[in-house]
Amino acid sequence: MIRDVLIPLAAGTIFGAGLTVGGMTDPARVRGFLDLFGGWDPTLAFVMGGAVLVMALAWAVQRKLPRPFFGDGFTLPDRTDVTARLVGGSALFGIGWGIAGLCPGPGFAALAIAPGSAAIFVAAMLAGMVIAGLIEAKA
Amino acid sequence: MSLSTISLPGFPNAAPVGGLAGGVLIGVAAALMLLGAGRIAGVSGIAARAFGLTDSGLPRLGALAFVIGLPLGALIVTSQTGAATPIFAGPVTLVMAGLIVGIGTRLGSGCTSGHGVCGLSRLSQRSLVATATFMMTGFATVAAMNALGIAVLP
Repeated sequence: MIRDVLIPLAAGTIFGAGLTVGGMTDPARVRGFLDLFGGWDPTLAFVMGGAVLVMALAWAVQRKLPRPFFGDGFTLPDRTDVTARLVGGSALFGIGWGIAGLCPGPGFAALAIAPGSAAIFVAAMLAGMVIAGLIEAKA
Repeated sequence: MSLSTISLPGFPNAAPVGGLAGGVLIGVAAALMLLGAGRIAGVSGIAARAFGLTDSGLPRLGALAFVIGLPLGALIVTSQTGAATPIFAGPVTLVMAGLIVGIGTRLGSGCTSGHGVCGLSRLSQRSLVATATFMMTGFATVAAMNALGIAVLP
């Protein structure tokens, strides 16, 4: 119960709060950051820096732990191969991120801020994920 | 002068303190997932799991709980700060962007959270490449749209 529901719920809530405090749920703020050659807004670099700093500490702790505080073991990505799919998918993601100034986390968080707009984005994103699944099934 | 009004010289619109505070919260949330549950807090993967689009990842109930937490956290913040509602792109733009983000994050195995926060901090080679790639295409997309005079936020 704690591992399966309460931790994800608490983490999601803190994550959503952080996205909002950091300005990631404001498309103008995000596109301002991506407007490197215009009126660049460096705020998101601080968001990224703060998050990476805390997580770097967390990884240092993780390496010393035999198992997580709740649960039997760590289930972590272990792939190291850089593939065309990874690069191509990431390239596409960046384009979509730049177009509307939204990525997946802020899309969900914005459901509490601008429900109509966020719901359209989230529904389209989930449809895109289904399409990606079809592409992968064919490949 | 309060903390939240500290600005960056040369960048009058930047909010470095809010950004850093938000980033630390995001880091704490991701650390809680890692050290508490032994999982990566990658939103695109968790969302795919929550909506039954993949069999891998954390238990489905947990994925749903995480996804529900995201707007809950946003609601808590906006109810406290009472900040003005930001402006979002129109429906056609949102559909186009959403589709591309959905396809891209699945093929690329992650987004800003999984690759950008969890992967970068772990010095994962795949995440370094992914993050550099989506940052570059993000920069290029906004630059191209500006050059073409395409404004999506009224």
